[in-house]
Amino acid sequence: MAFRHVIGGTSYVFGDLRALLARATPFRSGDALAGVAATSAAERVAAQKALADLPLKHFLAEAVIPYEDDDVTRLILDSHDGAGFAPVAHLTVGGFRDWLLAAPPEEIAPLARGLTPEMAAAVSKIMRVSDLIAVAQKCRVVTRFRNTIGLPGTLSIRLQPNHPTDDARGVAASVLDGLLLGAGDAVIGINPATDNIEAVLRLLGMLDEVRTRFDIPTQSCVLCHVTTAMLAMERGAPVDLVFQSIGGTQGVNDSFGVTLGLLREAEDAALALKRGTIGQDVMYFETGQGSALSAEAHRGVDQQTLEARAYGVARAYSPLLVNSVVGFIGPEYLFDGKQILRAGLEDHFCGKLLGLPMGVDICYTNHAEADQDDMDTLLTCLAVAGVTYIMGVPGADDVMLAYQSTSFHDGLYARAALGKTPAPEFAEWLERMGIGKGEAIPAAMSPALIGLE
Amino acid sequence: MTAPDDRRAEAPRAPSTGGLNPARGEADDRRAEAPRAPSTGGLNPARGDSPTLWHDLRRFTEARVGLGRAGNAVPTAAHLDFQEAHAAARDAVWSALDVEALRAELGPVPVLRSEVEDRRSYLLRPDLGRRLRAADRAGLPRTGGTVIVVADGLCASGVQRQAVPLIRALSAEPPVAPEARWHIVIVEQGRVAIGDEVGEAMGAEAVVVLIGERPGLSAQDSMGAYLTWAPRRGRTDAERNCISNIRPGGLSAAEAAAKIRWLLRGAKAIGATGVRLKDDMTSTGLALP
Repeated sequence: MAFRHVIGGTSYVFGDLRALLARATPFRSGDALAGVAATSAAERVAAQKALADLPLKHFLAEAVIPYEDDDVTRLILDSHDGAGFAPVAHLTVGGFRDWLLAAPPEEIAPLARGLTPEMAAAVSKIMRVSDLIAVAQKCRVVTRFRNTIGLPGTLSIRLQPNHPTDDARGVAASVLDGLLLGAGDAVIGINPATDNIEAVLRLLGMLDEVRTRFDIPTQSCVLCHVTTAMLAMERGAPVDLVFQSIGGTQGVNDSFGVTLGLLREAEDAALALKRGTIGQDVMYFETGQGSALSAEAHRGVDQQTLEARAYGVARAYSPLLVNSVVGFIGPEYLFDGKQILRAGLEDHFCGKLLGLPMGVDICYTNHAEADQDDMDTLLTCLAVAGVTYIMGVPGADDVMLAYQSTSFHDGLYARAALGKTPAPEFAEWLERMGIGKGEAIPAAMSPALIGLE
Repeated sequence: MTAPDDRRAEAPRAPSTGGLNPARGEADDRRAEAPRAPSTGGLNPARGDSPTLWHDLRRFTEARVGLGRAGNAVPTAAHLDFQEAHAAARDAVWSALDVEALRAELGPVPVLRSEVEDRRSYLLRPDLGRRLRAADRAGLPRTGGTVIVVADGLCASGVQRQAVPLIRALSAEPPVAPEARWHIVIVEQGRVAIGDEVGEAMGAEAVVVLIGERPGLSAQDSMGAYLTWAPRRGRTDAERNCISNIRPGGLSAAEAAAKIRWLLRGAKAIGATGVRLKDDMTSTGLALP
């Protein structure tokens, strides 16, 4: 179906829903690289006005990637909750924006399964930064494994203790540093330098040992490929969470070496271990705008709509944690601080609206036009928006992945600036261990206890 | 050989500054907290005679641990150390190849350019960085042999420093077979895949692309080497082998050269590079020089 809008005497025509969504997207380099971006500011606003007039119901009739061709489309449409959709079924995209801004929190949460990712993406495209923050702030998503993540007034942090050679003592030193600065309630999660099973087993054992030695109410994760995690579980390794990078098309998931069925198998295997103490949310997903284009699997769809579709995949597995790694992919997808800022807030908004425990890896690479000031701005906006968790990396410098994320200190800043606390179980643990009461290492946290002498 | 610029060497992490004051309060705080220790598995957490200071954690990792605090932020010295490292990385991304300096070392080798106009479009349009300007392609000699492409990539200063030592180490011996020869070209604003087009135009058996790697905060002088057997346009990254982190403090020129030769011999034997050519030189017992 074609869409049309007239601006200043010029009639702009958009051939299908896919084109309309792409042209309506605030400018970012990845859509230009893909050749799907609007070619003028007037064309963009024409698309936004046409999109605002589109009934939400239309998204159930026209898929951006055909149902027959793509298992993500099938998952989205087959799992759509008609009853959940009913309160907003009469609205246009523009009317939906107004509704979201006016609605109380308790009316937004029940919508989640009634919305498709494309509906969430569409409404985000006609929202300003303040809209993205204000509505996300009203979304409540709570998950549990060994602690409670996402309660109002909390901000959790993934402790990311990466090391270029996976050296056990190097990792342990970063873990201890992070714990002493209040990080680690979302997860202690390490990106291994290799996907080698022996290395992964060693790291899993080490993280579990640190967790049990200090009796920390949190969960650990080695962010290896899902098949490696399954192998580790077969070998009896202490796997709390199963991690996987996912995307919004069948093709990009193929490029990651995963299928929807494989993710289900992995979830079942982790559930069978029954390692959670207060909950059994066992999956951890990472996503990021541009991944489908970089795998040449974007199917002519803009990168932000595809990112929302990745959340459609994630929510099928009741994840404990989901985060966009927003600035990691590079400047050909998100060029500068302005594009990264908007993308990070869109991702958080769409994830929350779709019912996910949404965190953001607030980050950039050295070839992007961005710096610490841009990250501070995004961090502050996301903290106001109620982001579920952020990353904690020693000094913001990931020495394995060679990019910059948020530091343990940044987490302290965001919590203090917004009056947020860690997950309650973790906050009690910090108190019990005497962490945060001065600059010395409390005796109970002695480095010697985890082999650092 | 271009003179090495010592100021650009790997940024030292200044372990002694910007951290905690070791004289402050350690013993008092330890006393206050010691009675609350949880189960310690038989280890004595007190170990009082040699207290571990927070910044001592830096002995175990090059990560920025033990920075100390100024309120909730990092202290000034640690903050500015970070800014210094980021500045060096940014400058490295925007650096340009000194082509004449390279040719002074490598001889009058051909200098080509991708379709990219400037550094900004290099960053925005990776597709253009993979394509040679038509005029440059037309002028290439058909040499056969193994072609070495020296390209700036995301860090011209890295390739500027590491390419010549590696090429010297490589050209001590012929590639693959005694009668084979190395042929060198320089490509400005090039991405890895541009080697396919260069190699194809020159009728090369294999191409080795030496290219600057994206700078991190700890290394702004790193080079990668990408090997592609029977190069031609349309090859995918799965059809290449990569040797990364070639720099002082990483993989030395001699080690990298040995690895490249080993991979080229393997590639000739099976007629392919990439996933079919396993990078297991050490496990097959071939000793490094």
